Amino acid sequence: MTRALRAMPTLVRIGLTEALAYRAEMLVWLLTTTMPLVMLGLWTSVADEAPFRAWATRDFVAYYLVALIVRNLTSNWVAWQMSEEIRTGAVAGRLLRPVHPFAGYLGTHLGAVPLRAVAVAPVMLVVLWSSARAVLVTDPAHLGLVALALVGAWALTFAVFLCLGALAFFLDKSLGIVDVYFGVFAIMSGYLIPLPLLPAWLRATAAWLPFRAMLGDPVAIAIGRVPDAGQAARLVAQQWAWATALLLVAAWMWRRGVRRYEAFGG
Amino acid sequence: MIEVAGLKKHFRVHRRPPGLAAAVRSLWHRQYDTVKAVDDISFTIARGERVGFLGPNGAGKTTTMKVLSGLLHPSAGEVTVAGHRPAARSPAFLEQITLVMGQKQQLMWDLPPSETYALNRAVFGVEPAAARQTLAELTELLGLAGLTDKPTRQLSLGERMKCELAAALLHRPTTLFLDEPTIGLDVAMQVTIRDFIRDYNQRHDATVLLTSHYMDDVVALCPRVIVIDGGRLIHDGDLRALVKTMIPDKLVSFTGAVAPEEVARLGEVIKAEGGRTTVRVPEARLREVVGHLLDRAGADLAVEDPPLEDVMRKLFKDKRAGP
Repeated sequence: MTRALRAMPTLVRIGLTEALAYRAEMLVWLLTTTMPLVMLGLWTSVADEAPFRAWATRDFVAYYLVALIVRNLTSNWVAWQMSEEIRTGAVAGRLLRPVHPFAGYLGTHLGAVPLRAVAVAPVMLVVLWSSARAVLVTDPAHLGLVALALVGAWALTFAVFLCLGALAFFLDKSLGIVDVYFGVFAIMSGYLIPLPLLPAWLRATAAWLPFRAMLGDPVAIAIGRVPDAGQAARLVAQQWAWATALLLVAAWMWRRGVRRYEAFGG
Repeated sequence: MIEVAGLKKHFRVHRRPPGLAAAVRSLWHRQYDTVKAVDDISFTIARGERVGFLGPNGAGKTTTMKVLSGLLHPSAGEVTVAGHRPAARSPAFLEQITLVMGQKQQLMWDLPPSETYALNRAVFGVEPAAARQTLAELTELLGLAGLTDKPTRQLSLGERMKCELAAALLHRPTTLFLDEPTIGLDVAMQVTIRDFIRDYNQRHDATVLLTSHYMDDVVALCPRVIVIDGGRLIHDGDLRALVKTMIPDKLVSFTGAVAPEEVARLGEVIKAEGGRTTVRVPEARLREVVGHLLDRAGADLAVEDPPLEDVMRKLFKDKRAGP
């Protein structure tokens, strides 16, 4: 652990260098996360006629632009990376280093965050100069919670993708599961439709799942849809609990997977 | 120090006959075969030894290497490397060893090797001054100057392997598992890598276990060879003794005008081209043949052991034919 912490600045720096080397790929990757803009077009045309369940046009603009920012800042490709490395046996290189492989993955993907921030900076400027600005929270308590929720969403998304990546130890075509995951995520996280606009039974289901904490909750806190700071803090606490739990699950899956790899070979 | 006692590594492999019906049946009734990749082998390698690990494809060499480096758990048997149980992959163990696989690289493809060195320095906790000193030494020995700041993808195969070795040795391991480190390299580069391995072994008293399909690597580097076939150990000992036991002949080559019928009397003609003739001579007749040739063909005469490839071929053939 101490060794991993000592190595982390170097791991993050190399992650950033790698992200810069793959800047074109990252730009293409970011372009695949523009679904909120499509949904924004759809919903604003609906809301232009009249507010939809108390959501006016500027609410939709704020929701989807902030969703785009959260999604781009918190996403990563660790599941694909792990799947490739496990499938080709390249994971052996990580197993022969005296730090937990998760530390290596963490460094790589933390290193990509600054580049992601630069890529979404124009969207942030649009948010600040558009009608969306009017609904953003401004009080320090909520701003602090937004920051915590963003970091939590990053950690939770990373943990989820570590779990999905570790599936490659057990399944030949584990990335198929990732496709299924995206379908569920799109609905249950608020990526496609704001959670308050979902049918009651879907909302109730989403409340028991981690997806909303990956996107919908941080967005809701940022655009003032959770005015009670105590309630917002509870959502952030739930989010961090999910992140911790899923990180433990990922570590357990990794341990099981490596045991299987050690038994059956790469 | 490497100690292996009764090592077995068996894999359970799913078997499915061809065809749709078999594919459907395998959904309910999966059939498995047990593949004995390594089957009860034992050996000990002392600190500082250079040992060739030989065998045909699928003999179990890479599996054994992976067990020794902690990547695979043994199915049975005891293994200790540098005083550690490899399967635990403790940091103290990983700091002592390195595994270089000629067909798999650890260098980051789109970044210069210097970034992989920085990564390894950080994760192995090598002090910056020590890393600089080691890198300077490796740069000199391997001729890395000008290579480590180019993206890995722009390096030639040989340059990549040199950089790969430097990455693998930055933490100064005392036990080197080298699995085909010269595969695909041209002869000059093979010689460079061989010289480097010998030098590293001597400077650091490092233990080296080497697999290679290039027998020249083994002849040049390994006084001792361990040979396995079908997962079982079939020879462990001095390389020269093995050659002598398996093929107690010498190859005598010479130039000069010697009548064909006279050459045929000297021994079996192996090669005759460009005015140079090579004959295989039983060791018992060597003195007589060499004396005769010195009188007839002059001083341009060489006596060599038969190629290790021939020795291996005979060894595997004999073992498969049974006692």
